[in-house]
Amino acid sequence: VSATAVQTRRPRWWRTRRGQQWLVGYGFLLPDVIGLAVFVGLPILGAFYLSFHDWSGIGAREFSGLENYDTLIQDKAFLHSLKITAIYTFSFVPLLYVFSLSLALLVNQGLALTGFFRSAFFAPFMVSLVVASVVWSFMLQDPAGVVNSIIGLFGISPQPWLGSTRFALVSVIVVTLWQAVGYSMIIFLAGLQDIPRVYYEAARIDGAGPWHRFRYITLPLLRPTTVFVLIISFIGAFQLFDPIFVMTSGGPADATTTTVYYIYETAFEFLQLGYASALSVVLFAIILLVSLFQLRVFRDEPDH
Amino acid sequence: MSRTTDLPLTRPAAVARRRARARRRRRWGDRLVLYALALIAFVILAGPLLWMISSSLKTQGEVLANPPSVLPSDPQWGNYSQVFRQVPFGRYLLNSLLVASVVTVVALLFHSMAAYSLARLRFPGRQAIFMAILSTLMVPFTVIVIPLFVIVDWLGWVDTYAGLIIPMIPHAFGIFLLRQFYLSLPRELEEAAIVDGASLVRVYWHIVLPLSRPILAALGVFFFLANWNNFLWPLVVTQSQELWVVQLGIQQFTGQYGSQYHLIMAASTIAALPTLIMFFVFQKRLVEGIKMTGLKG
Repeated sequence: VSATAVQTRRPRWWRTRRGQQWLVGYGFLLPDVIGLAVFVGLPILGAFYLSFHDWSGIGAREFSGLENYDTLIQDKAFLHSLKITAIYTFSFVPLLYVFSLSLALLVNQGLALTGFFRSAFFAPFMVSLVVASVVWSFMLQDPAGVVNSIIGLFGISPQPWLGSTRFALVSVIVVTLWQAVGYSMIIFLAGLQDIPRVYYEAARIDGAGPWHRFRYITLPLLRPTTVFVLIISFIGAFQLFDPIFVMTSGGPADATTTTVYYIYETAFEFLQLGYASALSVVLFAIILLVSLFQLRVFRDEPDH
Repeated sequence: MSRTTDLPLTRPAAVARRRARARRRRRWGDRLVLYALALIAFVILAGPLLWMISSSLKTQGEVLANPPSVLPSDPQWGNYSQVFRQVPFGRYLLNSLLVASVVTVVALLFHSMAAYSLARLRFPGRQAIFMAILSTLMVPFTVIVIPLFVIVDWLGWVDTYAGLIIPMIPHAFGIFLLRQFYLSLPRELEEAAIVDGASLVRVYWHIVLPLSRPILAALGVFFFLANWNNFLWPLVVTQSQELWVVQLGIQQFTGQYGSQYHLIMAASTIAALPTLIMFFVFQKRLVEGIKMTGLKG
């Protein structure tokens, strides 16, 4: 009849099994959900919001409607930066695929010193893109850099790598490939090691040569890995920034001004935060569309 | 081998033998090609790092000498102390260490809590929250840098450690991976503990967390690396030199010391060494982490 008797029969809701699940469930999610809301969710909304405004970062924001979007489709510098980004991406991604898959196949051959080679191939990934850019800038010095000395051995005259509109972007591609190839190699290696050996043995018994085994076993079974590597490296390539900032500052003559570098300049050097946000929104849309397109293409293709 | 000479060979056996020898010879040839390729790849991939270290020990005159010398004629260890004397490189290293370790530790704790909640507990809206978390994965960091900077500015965190650290903690990929891992764990241990009267928090702390040690280690190495190597965010959010991380420091140093490449290479080596050492110590964990996650900075 006393209150305690009631309590022992029906504990407060937060002491029930279900109440505990709710309480701990929400409680454990709270820190990360708040973090993601404030530092990812809010910024997405913020990017759209700012893109409809004129704002220098200080003072009042002026609503400008679609003016920023109107400006950007006629902005030659922006369109140029998209072109540079596209050239970079569509050179970098296929080359990365070819080189990292070749390296993975190479260290999967059971050579002596495999562990040593694998570590050496992977080591550049441990170095930041900033350090990679600094070291390569030094090696690409004109005329006395070591790259020029090496091509000199083959009778090629020294090139002004980072100083020439022709070779600056090529140099950037080389540096980023150098830094990233080990990472994709490890992913491909994991994919290769997941392929059951019996497939190869069966194929060998059927008389399939190495090329056929690669073409009809390795490549198809590596497909999920390939899709993953291509999409991830595409998204990364489209956001290229660090090497541009460190090596070329977008130059010479805007030959290496990628979209993200152009956005950075617009926002933090020319203080046009509203316009830069509109550029970011467009970049986001492009990345999203191409990623979805890639997913579709890879999904639609029939499996072998 | 004596038997083969003693006994007259039947024809098919001789043919098979000749074929085998040819195949072995061909295999040797193949191997040789493979080793040559591996050597070329080694020179291209490891070469620049070795060149960086070698150049960091040269004199200013030697560092851009033509033709270049492979090894420094007289190693200049003083280059390193000169770097530390001319810029507060120790401070940069400590800042990087602080930022990368705090982000890693806090992120691992928060992500594993969130993942445990999503994988094991029942409450309304769980699926919706999970989908919302996943959807943030589609947003590339460079797209939100500007509004993120504005928000951090509102919070008064520009040019503070809070601004460097806190926005880097939330990351949907970590939550996602840990959730997958928890879904794959057998529930029996946890259920036995709950039957024994342990609270959910205790179950998480004393059973789930210790079981996730391997995956946390792999993820941790990865988070640390990504944050140590991060450049764009520190560049945007810090102004004063006391807050610079190594990546910023090295970039600024390069600007200031223009052509003194022996010092720039010494500074680069200092910046690269911690992660390279980490690599050789935690190689296995890191490779596991990549296979598991495939996530990059």
